[in-house]
Amino acid sequence: MVEERLRGLLLGGLAGDSLAYHRFLKELSTHLRAFLRRRLVHLPDEVEDLLQELLLAVHNQRHTYDSGLPLTAWVHAIARYKLVDLLRRRSRKELLNDPLDEDDNLFAATDSEATEARRDLAKLLAYLPDRQRLPIIHMKLEGLSVAETARLTGMSPSAVKIGVHRGLKALSAKIRNES
Amino acid sequence: MTTDELVSLLATGTEAVDTRRPVRRYLAAVLAGIAITTIWMAEWLGVRSTLARDLSVPMFWAKEAFCAALGAAGLVGAARLARPGARLGWVLAAVAAPLIAMWLLAAVALLSADPPGRAELIFGQTANACPLLIALLSTPVFVAIFWAMRGLAPTSLRLAGAAGGFAAGSLGALVYSLHCGELAAPFLGIWYVLGILIPTTFGAWAGPRLLRW
Repeated sequence: MVEERLRGLLLGGLAGDSLAYHRFLKELSTHLRAFLRRRLVHLPDEVEDLLQELLLAVHNQRHTYDSGLPLTAWVHAIARYKLVDLLRRRSRKELLNDPLDEDDNLFAATDSEATEARRDLAKLLAYLPDRQRLPIIHMKLEGLSVAETARLTGMSPSAVKIGVHRGLKALSAKIRNES
Repeated sequence: MTTDELVSLLATGTEAVDTRRPVRRYLAAVLAGIAITTIWMAEWLGVRSTLARDLSVPMFWAKEAFCAALGAAGLVGAARLARPGARLGWVLAAVAAPLIAMWLLAAVALLSADPPGRAELIFGQTANACPLLIALLSTPVFVAIFWAMRGLAPTSLRLAGAAGGFAAGSLGALVYSLHCGELAAPFLGIWYVLGILIPTTFGAWAGPRLLRW
């Protein structure tokens, strides 16, 4: 079952298995894309942007997943929150295809055909302060370790970790404020 | 950046996440808030001198249990609402039960009292000050809960804010009860509840403003 497999991958990721976490995000993105396509029939251009925003949110909030609860409910609540937030920002609630009912089966469909994202996260990244941007670039894009990043930037290892953490949150906030 | 690139970025170099940390942070913040409130109450209002004598009065314990039960239910509710997809479940019943019990006690007290004595049961000596003092004393815990919730991801911001305010109000009432000598159920069922509702309402207002993510 999708729920069980995805949950296992996420729990692996939370325990520090980045391969499992990568598979989790990758598979989750196909489900979320299908979900958003159904929801944003009238805003097809928004799908990929919102999907990226959702993945960032799932990542930033992964510590709020309670392993005793169904993963579907957790992901669905995040997706709903961000979707409603987007529509509220646009004040175009009527564009909602159908009501966001609770028991919508999020994991029923997949869609792996990515469209072009209109917003370039790499560009947004450039606006972050150095103490956040550099750790993200070295650790997350170039795949360096904490120690290597610390040596390269002259930051302490804990400052590097905090920089990544806060930087990704700041990225999420920038998305929220710009659109 | 494509979505695949973003997925790789997010997954690269991830470390283990301590999923118990939010709970510890929340509890530590609330305990600190209660400690600050208690010291503040003791310095400003003072623990009442009749407290030791009241320890043998059943209604004193009913009052403490009332505030503590509402506070506990509020804390659980706020903690649940701070996570995406969690449900309130039995929490609503846990909020309702102490309220109904106190109102039943109040009804019994009022019905069994002489009509001239009823106003005394309702207004006591301090009805004017009580709700406002409870609301003021709830602020440290209110700040603590909102701080902890901002580190989580509530998705119903108004409800989460109200739950946080309710918990703060109930715990404020618990601390205030060490100062306040009123023990009549009608008094508690009205003025204490009103005092708790002030931070609850404020929380419902502040939630959508302070808890967005």
